[in-house]
Amino acid sequence: MFSEEIVKLSWDKITRSIYAKTEADVRRALNKEHCTVDDFMALISPAATPHLEEMALLSKRYTEERFGLTMSLFIPLYLTNSCANSCVYCGFHISNPMPRTILTFEEMENEYKAIKALGPFENILLVTGENPAKAGVPYLSKALDIAKKYFANLKIEVMPLKMEEYKELTQHGLNGVICFQETYNKERYNLYHPRGMKSKFDWRVNAPDRMGEANVHSIGMGVLIGLEDWRTDVTFLAHHLRYLQRKYWRTKYSVNFPRMRPAENGGFQPNVIMSDKELAQLTFAMRIFDHDVDISYSTRETPFIRDHMAPLGVTTMSAESKTEPGGYYTYPQALEQFAVSDERTAIEVSQRLKELGLEPVWKDWDTSFDIIRETVK
Amino acid sequence: MEKLIIAGREFESRLFLGSGKFRSNKQMKEAIAASDTEMVTVAMKRVDLNDKEDDLLNHILNPKIQLLPNTSGVRNAEEAVFAAQMAREAFGTNWLKLEIHPDPKYLLPDSIETLKATEQLVKLGFIVLPYCQADPTLCKHLEEAGAATVMPLGAPIGTNKGLQTRDFLRIIIEQANIPVIVDAGLGAPSHAAEAMEMGASACLVNTAIAVAGNPVEMAVAFKEAVIAGRRAYEAGLGTVGHNFIASASSPLTAFLYE
Repeated sequence: MFSEEIVKLSWDKITRSIYAKTEADVRRALNKEHCTVDDFMALISPAATPHLEEMALLSKRYTEERFGLTMSLFIPLYLTNSCANSCVYCGFHISNPMPRTILTFEEMENEYKAIKALGPFENILLVTGENPAKAGVPYLSKALDIAKKYFANLKIEVMPLKMEEYKELTQHGLNGVICFQETYNKERYNLYHPRGMKSKFDWRVNAPDRMGEANVHSIGMGVLIGLEDWRTDVTFLAHHLRYLQRKYWRTKYSVNFPRMRPAENGGFQPNVIMSDKELAQLTFAMRIFDHDVDISYSTRETPFIRDHMAPLGVTTMSAESKTEPGGYYTYPQALEQFAVSDERTAIEVSQRLKELGLEPVWKDWDTSFDIIRETVK
Repeated sequence: MEKLIIAGREFESRLFLGSGKFRSNKQMKEAIAASDTEMVTVAMKRVDLNDKEDDLLNHILNPKIQLLPNTSGVRNAEEAVFAAQMAREAFGTNWLKLEIHPDPKYLLPDSIETLKATEQLVKLGFIVLPYCQADPTLCKHLEEAGAATVMPLGAPIGTNKGLQTRDFLRIIIEQANIPVIVDAGLGAPSHAAEAMEMGASACLVNTAIAVAGNPVEMAVAFKEAVIAGRRAYEAGLGTVGHNFIASASSPLTAFLYE
C-alpha cells in the first residue's frame, strides 16, 4: 500500500530539492526521453520557467504521439451534496447551512436524459458527497445501472470505498474512479480535513491501491492546488503514479490539478495561488514525465486557458458542467460546489476544439467490453 | 553501489556467468574467478547428476557462488517441472533458471510454457529466474506468478548482437518490481554497460566470455563494464541529447505572456 511508501518520502527534503534545481538539471531532464521523478522535479522547479516554450513543444509532440489530435470529452453529474465531511475549502462542508439533496432514481434518469440533449456524451462522471447511509454502495449501484442505459463509460468520484465495494460497483458497469488526495502533506492534511472519514489520511491515500486490486479500469488522481506548495504536492503525486503503474499495470491513469481561486464571500482563502503560467508548466512537465497519462482540465478553468492548452498536453475535458445536484434538469438553481469558469455549451466547446484542429471524442469505450468481461469470468 | 538482492540473498556482483562453451573447464574456472561473479548457471544436461565428482561442477563450486541450475533442453512446462525437481535433488538448491526452448535452432524461450512452469514451480517452493522474451506484458505476468526475477533477452542467444530489444527492455525495467537481468545476446562489454546504464539489475553473460580470444581478460572487461554501467545509472546520467528542440517561429506559449 502506498501509505508504506509515502513514509520514505520527506516533504521538506523534496521541497528543498525542487527549489535547489538548476539550469543544468532542467537541461538534463529536457534531453531525456524518459524522465525520473527527479527530472520531473526539475521541470516543475522555478529553474525551468525560462524553458516553457521548449517544454510546450515536447509536451505537444508526446501528446500527439500517444493521443493524436483528439480531445476526450466528459460531463459530471452531481448526485448528492449531502456530506458528513468538513473540508474547510468545500461548499458542501457539513456545517454549511444549505439545502441538501440526494437525487431520487427518477430525478437521476431525468438528468441523464437532459445531459444527452446537450451533446452526444458517452463519458459520464457521477459525483457524490460522503453519506454512506443514504448514498452508499447500493445507491451508487443503482445509479450506475440506470446510467448504463444512456452512457458507455461510467466513472465515479465518491468517498474512498473498500476493495470489495469497488469490485461490486464494477459489476454494475463502473469503468473508472476518481479520488483526489487533495494534499500529500500528511502533517497538515488534517488542518483541511479535521473531521469525518475524510480526516483519515491513510484510508484515502490507499484508495487507489484498493481500486487497483479491484481491477478498476481507470484511476483518476489529483491534488487540490491551493492548500500546500503545489510543487511538492505534485512530486508526491508523481511518486504515487509511478508506484501504482508498477503495481497495477492493467490500469489506466489520469491526473487533474484543480486550482482554487480566492473566495469572494470571505470563505476559505487558498494558501497558494497557481498562475496560468505555472499551470502550463506543470501540464507540460507532467506530459514530459509520463507520455501516456491522461491529463484532464475541468470547467474550473477559463475558456482562454483551456483553448490554448488543448493542443499542448491536455487530453480530457469536461464541458457544460453543473456542479450542483440535479443541475441539468431537476434543480437548476441549487448551490454549486465550486464556480465554473467555462460556461460555454458542450457543442460550443466541441466546435472550438475542431477550429483548433482537434477531434472531440465523445465515445471511446463500448458497453459490449463490459459484457464480454462478465461473460469470460 | 547498491547491493542486488534476489529472493533475500545479497549479491555484490551484478554480473552472472554461464558455464557452457568454454574451451576447458580450467579456463572456465579462471574466468569465473576473474569476473568476481557470485552466480553461475549450469545446464543440468551437462552434468552427470549421479557423479559427486563431476568435473564441470567441481570447477564451479565455491562457497561464494550461488549455483543456478538451468533446465536448458526441456521443451515444455511439464518437462521443466520434472527437470527442476531433479535439479533440486542433485544440486541441493531451490534456485532455478527456467529455460524452455522447444526450438533447437534459435533457442528462443517459449513464453506460454515458461509462464505455466513458473506458476507451478513457485508453488513447489522454487526460486524461479525465468529466461524469457523481452515482452513487458509477459514479464508482468511472470512477476505476478511469483518469479524472483525476469531474465529477458537482449538478442537471440549466442549472437553477440547486444541490446536489439532495448526499447522493450526499457519498458520492462520501468514496470518491474523484481530485478531485471538481461540475458542472452550481450556480445561486448559495452552492451552490458548499456543495459546497466538503462537500469537493469544485472547481466548474464556466457558466449561472449567463453569464446573470446582470452576469456579471462574478457571476464574482467565484463566485470568492469557492469560496474561502470551500474555506477552511471546510480549517479544519474547526464545530457544524452534525445530531444533536439528547434525553436518555433510562432511560439506556443506566447499566450502565457499576454
